[in-house]
Amino acid sequence: MADPLLQVSGIVKRFTGVVALDRVSLDLAPGEVHALVGENGAGKSTLIKVITGVYSPDEGEVRLGGRRVEFGTPLDAQRSGIQAVHQEIGLVPSMSVARNLLLGREPRRRFGLIDFGRMHSEAALTLKSYGIDVDVREPLRSLGLGAQQMIALARAVSVDARVVVMDEPTSSLEPREVDTLFGVIGRLREQGISVIYVSHRLDELYRICDGVTVLRDGRVVHQGSLAELDRLRLVSLMLGRDMSEVRAEGVTRFSGAHDADGAPVLVAGGLTRRHVLDDVSVAIRPGEVVGLGGLLGAGRTETAKAIAGALQLDGGHVTVAGVNLRRGSAAAAIKAGVALLPEDRKSEGIIPTLSVRENIALAALPRLSRGGVVSDARIDRIVDTFMKRLRIKAAGPHQRVAELSGGNQQKVLIARWLATEPRILLLDEPTRGIDVGAKAEVQALIDELASEGLGVLLISSDLEELVEGSDRVVVLKDGTVVGELAGGDLTEEGIMSTIAQVEDG
Amino acid sequence: MTSTVTAPAEAPPGAGGRERFFGLMQRHGATAVLVLLVAVGSVSFSSFPTGDNLGNIAITSSFLATVALGMTFVIITGGIDLSVGSVFALGGVLAAYGMRWGSFAALLLPLAVCGAFGLVQGLLIARVRLAPFIVTLAGLLGARGLLLSISNEGATTYLIPHGSLLARFGQGSVLGLGYPVYLTLALFAAGAVLLQRTRFGQCVYAIGGGEDAAQLMGVPVTRTKVLVYVMSGLLAGLAGALNAARLSSGVTILGTGMELDVIAAVVIGGTLLTGGAGSVSGTIAGVLLLGVIQNLINQIGDLSSSYQQVVSGGFLAVVVVVQTYLSRVQRLR
Repeated sequence: MADPLLQVSGIVKRFTGVVALDRVSLDLAPGEVHALVGENGAGKSTLIKVITGVYSPDEGEVRLGGRRVEFGTPLDAQRSGIQAVHQEIGLVPSMSVARNLLLGREPRRRFGLIDFGRMHSEAALTLKSYGIDVDVREPLRSLGLGAQQMIALARAVSVDARVVVMDEPTSSLEPREVDTLFGVIGRLREQGISVIYVSHRLDELYRICDGVTVLRDGRVVHQGSLAELDRLRLVSLMLGRDMSEVRAEGVTRFSGAHDADGAPVLVAGGLTRRHVLDDVSVAIRPGEVVGLGGLLGAGRTETAKAIAGALQLDGGHVTVAGVNLRRGSAAAAIKAGVALLPEDRKSEGIIPTLSVRENIALAALPRLSRGGVVSDARIDRIVDTFMKRLRIKAAGPHQRVAELSGGNQQKVLIARWLATEPRILLLDEPTRGIDVGAKAEVQALIDELASEGLGVLLISSDLEELVEGSDRVVVLKDGTVVGELAGGDLTEEGIMSTIAQVEDG
Repeated sequence: MTSTVTAPAEAPPGAGGRERFFGLMQRHGATAVLVLLVAVGSVSFSSFPTGDNLGNIAITSSFLATVALGMTFVIITGGIDLSVGSVFALGGVLAAYGMRWGSFAALLLPLAVCGAFGLVQGLLIARVRLAPFIVTLAGLLGARGLLLSISNEGATTYLIPHGSLLARFGQGSVLGLGYPVYLTLALFAAGAVLLQRTRFGQCVYAIGGGEDAAQLMGVPVTRTKVLVYVMSGLLAGLAGALNAARLSSGVTILGTGMELDVIAAVVIGGTLLTGGAGSVSGTIAGVLLLGVIQNLINQIGDLSSSYQQVVSGGFLAVVVVVQTYLSRVQRLR
């Protein structure tokens, strides 16, 4: 191994008495792609923040190219060549692609005036070299999430980067975009740029990472070559559970088929919206988990939103328990018992500044009040019930939701909807961005809810989750239903070939 | 490279034309309405399209415009400056006060004090991270108080003698337009270049579009924010000084409520109150629109000039509704 490019040694970081990182060390060789894994709360985020200059460590040191560095701000770290690509895209949506890419480094003519011609051609050229073909004059927000993420990455690596930290870079990418991303990572590696790669997707880790560091409870529990570590062992290291236990349970926690019988509780027919949805129909029986499969932009999220009345439609109808819902009315849908857990929990779901209790009670408030006066005791009872039932890990009902881990935030959201006693639960990417352990818990919860008679619509980009969690999977492609799989046909390959098949025709 | 990411993935083809039209409306709606109004005014009132009348609209609008230029920058960063009306009046009184040391001092004194005023506000907002609304509301009261103390509770009115350099600049004209109009145009040209063609301008947009992201991208957020408030203070002070030069005295009761006219003009000009989008040219259209509306209502004669406020207010409401609708359409597509 060459001399390490980045040396992190003996890092200790405490937050008001709690030790978040306990003597964590990590060496990164030039050109190495290093996986950083662990459950939420294991200290990954804290370690990344120490490396990228957001936090300064209480003990220990960071050396870059052999020289000790101390970053006061993220800007200091960037100037030294440590770039970060965050899970939430750190770009300005209202500005053009080119401006975002080159902000602060715009090509200039005399008198410090920006040369827009050169800026646009430079931006287009840079992006093209990363396989991104977009109109760089368009505002960033007009692009899909995946393309935005790629641009964030292109920005990070086009500034003289020596170490790039990627925090779940693929969480909003389509498979082909992931390929593009891995192409870029390959090139970085050739240039001797090191990558710290954080992801929950085991497939990806094994595809591109050389070394691995497993964190648990703020400590390094394993460090070494990834190829020498088999998957089951990796999962067990992350979870801190017995190997046999993991093997027995598999990676997902779905039990399999549910007893779904009787008339469908939800019938959505002919959902149509120009350019978005074309005659999409879905029916869900009580106790059934129906999966929605398809690529990013296939219309899965839009279907869920249409059912929940949160998307204006040109045509179609939604019936819950035989009652036709007024089109485009979220209030009517909620009243009829449709609950939607949105994809983007940060901007559409939780209210981070409010407490766990307030977040849970929010949607149920109309039910918990009499004559406009809310009964505190009833709220306490409901909040207590759901915190126990969903095993929400919080210091107490009054802790701010922003302080919880992603998985627990997701559970708070689920609790909020369960408190309204829904008949239909629409889950859009319920396990995205949460750690393996919490993921398994959420999956088990979905199972449990279905077996209690709830109709569940599950949207997931994780094929394994979709296959194991659903009784049936409706496959969407470009806004239309292209297939439905159930029973023995319901496999990952089946879904992929259904999508691929139509692409040929 | 194994594959290519093409975008926008979800945007249907054919929506582009409508999209572009909405974008144009957002940016140039005020200009379109202005042209329409001037055309209607010219046909309806023979006294409207005269050189005298138009020159009059230009000179009365030029002071509001200068203040609005600074406000445009502030609002694009997502901030607000409520102090400009008071600072405008303060600038006028300081200019008249400074005349005892000559015309140059009379111009420099308000610039120095108002610029410093903006600096303090900017530091409180950007460094101490107080809310712009509160800081500049305090500034509004503070500047007014400072002005009153200089003028002995408004009892003393300082004069700018006729014939002094400053008064000649404020009152003189060439080609039917007062000198301050040309200065305002020059300032707007410089402002447009600064906003559109420099890194500073890019930073202004980036901060308004997403302050946290801008910070992560290495934008000097604090410095940029301080500078826009300094600019706003300087421009308000300058406008006040020139207005005083035109009136030959520092009038203490001026500028009350002016900040609201300024904000109205900027927003009518297509700058989003939420920050991140807007233009200097839109602001000039917004200012002129307010000026023309007032002038036309005066032309109608038997209509009370109080209605000018009603019309301007109604217009502002319409603009904000349209803006909100347009940005919602853009986001939803």
